[in-house]
Amino acid sequence: MPSLPDVMTPEVEKLAAAQAGQGAPAPQDQTRDALFEWLLRTGDNALILGHRVSEWCGHAPALEEDIALANQALDLIGQCQLWLGLAGEVEGRGRSADTLAYLRDAGAFRNLLLVERPNGDFGHTLMRQFLFDAFHIELLDAAAASPDARIAEIAAKAKKEVAYHLERSADLVIRLGDGTAESHDRMQKALDALWSYTGEMFHDDAHDRALAEAGVIAAPSTLRAAWDRTVGQVMAEATLRLPGDVWQHGLTGAGGGKRGVHSEHLGYILAEMQFLQRAYPGATW
Amino acid sequence: MQVLPDTAQVWDWLAQVPDPEIPVISLTDLGIIRDVAWQGDTLVVTVTPTYSGCPATTVINLDIEAALRAHGIEKLELKRQLSPPWTTDWITPEGREKLRAYGIAPPVDGTAADGRLAGRISRLAGRSNLVIACPRCGSNATEKVSQFGSTPCKASYRCTDCLEPFDYFKCI
Repeated sequence: MPSLPDVMTPEVEKLAAAQAGQGAPAPQDQTRDALFEWLLRTGDNALILGHRVSEWCGHAPALEEDIALANQALDLIGQCQLWLGLAGEVEGRGRSADTLAYLRDAGAFRNLLLVERPNGDFGHTLMRQFLFDAFHIELLDAAAASPDARIAEIAAKAKKEVAYHLERSADLVIRLGDGTAESHDRMQKALDALWSYTGEMFHDDAHDRALAEAGVIAAPSTLRAAWDRTVGQVMAEATLRLPGDVWQHGLTGAGGGKRGVHSEHLGYILAEMQFLQRAYPGATW
Repeated sequence: MQVLPDTAQVWDWLAQVPDPEIPVISLTDLGIIRDVAWQGDTLVVTVTPTYSGCPATTVINLDIEAALRAHGIEKLELKRQLSPPWTTDWITPEGREKLRAYGIAPPVDGTAADGRLAGRISRLAGRSNLVIACPRCGSNATEKVSQFGSTPCKASYRCTDCLEPFDYFKCI
């Protein structure tokens, strides 16, 4: 009589082979996976920051600033549609930009921890914006040089818009930093509070390295020098002190937004942003 | 057999479709129609978006379709083209005059932000680094209020001579 199959001892080798899809993934699959990750990261940064900035609509300290913030949010959401649209195309499972934005849970989001930080006061919002804009422009510059035309054309378009975001945030950081004692104090506090979220922007992981090696896009660490220069110049003009070497979130251990390990804040953003599609699946208007 | 209208005729029709945000200028004034061509019996109109998030883009596509259908075009395909990205340099001279007459200062070519702050940084704080003539009184005594005006494509200015606020169609 044949014995029953042994269900207690796992067939480790067979499982591992099945998980790896019969051996190591082909190089083109590895590059495709890395590219999908990069597109999610880039699109999610725009989406989450765009949502954060839009939270100011109707609440900003002056009408002109209210309008400026809403317009900037609009640019970011527009860019996010292009990036996530391409992400869905690269993934090849029929997911649209809307599906990716509204139907993923927090663990599947790949944005930096910096962009999900709460708005705080107006100065805090502008400081977060400036630190990100100064990185964003370098990232898009690198992406615009990609041999992949689909990436290059979105980056070239977004870059023109982000150049204005950067001018605006730099202008206001300088005005408020080099402003009254109160505004200076608030800007310094914002810089100190946000600084430990800046390291993640330039941290290379396996996906970043795979794309750099395949010549698709330069690794984030290569953007650091230009960012340092811009930030140094603006902070000097704003009479603000750079915090220097402090512990950075998202670089060690299992954490980090780029890997899908987020702060509690992202869940609240998604609860508001995704509510309608979750409660009324497929609703359109 | 149906005779297909030539592309020059289609361009003329598109020149009569107003921009939904700034109705004094047409889609061809704005420079967003990149190509008009027949592929067999299908008319292919290639459109480039102004800003990635511009909500007018959807309306523009609807307006193009409605206008061309009204002129009897049956098979129509609208193609989106991102590259080269739209620039205000493509706004026609007539379009610029129409903007000015409407109260929007037209873009000053060659002054787009390029993300390189170093050369501009000392001039950034508090004032514009451009001379923008007031579209109402013509004075150059104007100042920037905000980098973004009523839409992402415009900045908010005011004239210190006639004291009127106005929009500047910024260079991109």
